[in-house]
Amino acid sequence: MTTPAAAARLAELVTRVTEHPNQLPTLFPAVARLVGRGPTDPADRDGLLTLRVEDDARVTLLAAAAGSGRLDTNQLAALLTELYEEGDGDERRAVLRALDRLDAVDPRVGRRLVEDALRSNDPRLIAAAMGRFAARHLGADAWRHGVLKCLFVGVPLAAVTDWADRVDSELVRMTADFTAEREAAGRTVPEDARRILAAPRPDPGPEPSEDPEHPQAREGER
Amino acid sequence: MRIFDPHIHMTSRTTDDYQAMYDAGVRAVTEPAFWLGQPRTSVGSFRDYFDGLVGWERFRAAQFGITHHCTVALNPKEANDPRLAGVLDLLPRYLAKDGVVAVGETGFDAMTEAEETVFVRHLGLAAEHGLPVLVHTPHRDKVEGTRRSLELVAGSGLPPGMVLIDHLNEVTVGQVAEAGCWMGFSIYPDTKMDEHRMVKVLSEYGLDRMIVNSAADWGRSDPLKTLKTGRAMLDAGFGEDDVDRVLWRNPVEFYAQSGRLLLDDAQAADPTATWEGNSVLRGQRPV
Ligand SMILES: [Zn+2]
Repeated sequence: MTTPAAAARLAELVTRVTEHPNQLPTLFPAVARLVGRGPTDPADRDGLLTLRVEDDARVTLLAAAAGSGRLDTNQLAALLTELYEEGDGDERRAVLRALDRLDAVDPRVGRRLVEDALRSNDPRLIAAAMGRFAARHLGADAWRHGVLKCLFVGVPLAAVTDWADRVDSELVRMTADFTAEREAAGRTVPEDARRILAAPRPDPGPEPSEDPEHPQAREGER
Repeated sequence: MRIFDPHIHMTSRTTDDYQAMYDAGVRAVTEPAFWLGQPRTSVGSFRDYFDGLVGWERFRAAQFGITHHCTVALNPKEANDPRLAGVLDLLPRYLAKDGVVAVGETGFDAMTEAEETVFVRHLGLAAEHGLPVLVHTPHRDKVEGTRRSLELVAGSGLPPGMVLIDHLNEVTVGQVAEAGCWMGFSIYPDTKMDEHRMVKVLSEYGLDRMIVNSAADWGRSDPLKTLKTGRAMLDAGFGEDDVDRVLWRNPVEFYAQSGRLLLDDAQAADPTATWEGNSVLRGQRPV
């Protein structure tokens, strides 16, 4: 939870970063110690759907740096890359979240970071990678694999921004295969997989091999 | 029993170990950066290792309800390889991170000049970053190695309370007690130090500044030696509060000096918060 003192410290950091965006790499790791740490929604402790206190503070600082008028597109890209590559899990998550808010980011640079995060096995990174930036800029193959990875590691589909707008028959096929594999193994199928199978799509294509309304395999919620 | 294992190399351990540790009461660990058994040949290997310590390993531990911290340094063995000198330049950015709770392991392996140079640089980095130091004492020539380590610590100007001298035994504990540094004991399944001898040391020297760890790694070692030491203490007549002090409050107090512990307030501040049934932490991740 943020206290007035923590809010004041964040305001101070915003002023500093707006004047000297090049100080951000030094400040970035210390943000949680200065401003606070913890879920903003107690039901979402890992910040899969919501920004945790420290994520929000770091995103605010990145937005301040980007909006300072002191960084051109290349410098902003270099800053984001540095903060991501030199960051721990928390810092990387914040950079990914910031991509969703910054319009001035070169999509090629953002894509590289998002694709790196999607190669990880950390649900907190994967959830952060599938936000608004990914919805707009990630290529179809990478985006579909990102969604499938969410199903695999238990990131809720709700973490995938605008997923319903990007569902296509290839994602439905992949999800149907995933579902069939789970069922063959006698494992439960996440409800989110069924949501994808049932979603309307612009390119209906061939029907998936599995019936999305199949009544079995609901014995346990995951 | 709640346990903070202040020295354990989880990168080398399996998820079964994490589960067994959680079941034994381990809720937090510190993983000091060390060598991997197989010598590294480039600075890049260290970068990836450090990234793993603050990234993947922290996540892996959290899945089992264990808060993972680490220390970073160029370890004494590899301090002797000139190809790795650049590791020292990598350290400052890791030393700024949350969860990096000390500089270490540093100290002596074979008591070479290169080891001493790196050790002194580490002491300087600790002062600069306001961090404690974890000092590894050599397995060979331990008395002399400990003596020289304490000399360098004294010369560094760091307060002795910011320094933990580790892998001690009956022969080396006295000089560290006198110097005012924290005293670390690694309890192994072989002859180096066992839990019953540990209990005797505690009876003789008291519980102040006493730290017990498993130092488990890729070698023959046992990640539950902390628990076994706690049991041996109880068997020898120590109380539960004494055990809590040695296995939880002492390591928390030492590493809290970094300001970088990731324990939540309940864990860090209230000595009884997880005492009754460990309910506070069950299934949760620290914030
Ligand atoms: Zn060690």
